[in-house]
Amino acid sequence: MVTRASQNIQVGISKTLSPARRAQNALAMVLVALGTLLVLVPLFLILKDLFVKGFSSLNLQFFTQSQSEITFLGSAGGFLNAIVGSVMMLAVALVIGVIIGIGTAIFLTEYREHRLVPSVRLMGDVLTGMPAIVVGLVIYGLVVRGLGFGYSGIAGGLSLGLIMIPVIVRATEEVLKLVPQTLREAGLALGLPRWKVIMNIVLPTARSGIITGVILAVARVSGEAAPLIFTAFGNSFLTWDPTQKMSGLPLAVYRSAFEPSEAAVARAWSGALVLVLAILVASLVARFAARKR
Amino acid sequence: MNTDRPIRLQTENVGVFYGSKDAVRNVNVSFRSNTVNALIGPSGCGKTTFLRAINRMHELTPNTRVTGKIMLDGQDVYGSDVDPVDVRRRIGMVFQKPNPFPTMSIYDNVVAGLRLAGEKSKVKLDETVERSLRGAALWDEVKDRLKAVGSSLSGGQQQRLCIARALAVEPEILLMDEPTSALDPQSTQRIEDLMESLKQQTTIIIVTHNMQQASRVSDTTSFFLIGDLVEHGATEAVFQTPKDERTEAYITGRFG
Repeated sequence: MVTRASQNIQVGISKTLSPARRAQNALAMVLVALGTLLVLVPLFLILKDLFVKGFSSLNLQFFTQSQSEITFLGSAGGFLNAIVGSVMMLAVALVIGVIIGIGTAIFLTEYREHRLVPSVRLMGDVLTGMPAIVVGLVIYGLVVRGLGFGYSGIAGGLSLGLIMIPVIVRATEEVLKLVPQTLREAGLALGLPRWKVIMNIVLPTARSGIITGVILAVARVSGEAAPLIFTAFGNSFLTWDPTQKMSGLPLAVYRSAFEPSEAAVARAWSGALVLVLAILVASLVARFAARKR
Repeated sequence: MNTDRPIRLQTENVGVFYGSKDAVRNVNVSFRSNTVNALIGPSGCGKTTFLRAINRMHELTPNTRVTGKIMLDGQDVYGSDVDPVDVRRRIGMVFQKPNPFPTMSIYDNVVAGLRLAGEKSKVKLDETVERSLRGAALWDEVKDRLKAVGSSLSGGQQQRLCIARALAVEPEILLMDEPTSALDPQSTQRIEDLMESLKQQTTIIIVTHNMQQASRVSDTTSFFLIGDLVEHGATEAVFQTPKDERTEAYITGRFG
């Protein structure tokens, strides 16, 4: 008996299992592997299509010309108008998202004894689940019509900013919670008012985590087309003026994909590819920033 | 007990409540200027709770309430016209675990209190850094690397850095919450030695679990038990001829 037990240890456990259990194990492995494959295959199919169709029509013109320069005589135009629009609207969104998002997160974590904290947190959760198209409609009602801004880059940026807020709040809250309470107490014990402790001790300590959260929020909204439809509207001409109608990359892709022109559809593929690559780069930057901590 | 020195801090019927539970009851005690005062007692006896009431540190914890009066130079620190920020500026604190600000250099850590309160003069800041680090017996070890981050120091050095940071704002009272419990014996000794010189410039109230430490460094000792101040007096008297049998039981090691 003793020798058999020691043999079992030597040859490893798998050989001691009954055939039935070994079969179960194998079956489970196959199922798990299949599940993984089921998730990965569509992703690679999408990426393959995107790269093949996107790259073939990607050229310098894509970045230097606007959609308005498409002619039937050969020039396919480009997406410069959409790229500029995306950058401008993301800048507006960033201002809104960072100020309100980080401010809210500070309120929720640093002033958690305040009686409004539970309701603010609830509103944040509601905003997280809000469909992007609804956010677009809200901005349409409030800003485009209500304040009379009309369709504009500003309205588009505001809708993207509104979507960013809960993402930034969530991320910032998590890192603020990681800042040790004793650092806050050390600051207060020096006779510093609470807001100075937050600005000069808590926020710098959480900085890299907050930056990561902000970049991921930008990546998250830069692919949104729906909220731009009712707000920025789209514009095939290049403009730097955010009070004008503007296009964004996702919106230009969406519109071009339905154009009755092969050149425009090809541009849509390239636009989608550039958008995916930009988001990929942003995510990598965010990971790098997080690791540096 | 140096009865010739003026009373710096005096408490009247101080109680601290967490919700409806009273953690400290009816503490009446006074601490004289330029002395070291030890608060001892078993875990959970309320000594740290009492210490944190002195500089209004409890105000960050919801549902915590302090009753009674804590008179600093004759003025109640809980008075309705008193700003807690001002109280904490006059009553400094050193914590159990060294907690230098991780994003700041040694220099910036020391001057954090002054600089964030608006002091801009480079000369004044330089002076303060040297004076405070010398006061905390750390100057010679770090004078060549003031720009290094505070967390690059050893645990004992970090704690002395925290003492220097507290000294920089020239507090009238320095609260120390088990400042050596996270340190090795050698670092502990350095900080104990330091207290003797620190009391020249400030009044120290120290919470400690270590009764030898209390008897070595303090002028007065207060013994707490389950929220009550059982005995307070000159350290020698408390340790050699305790009046209360519970004190005697504790210091002779029969419980706690």
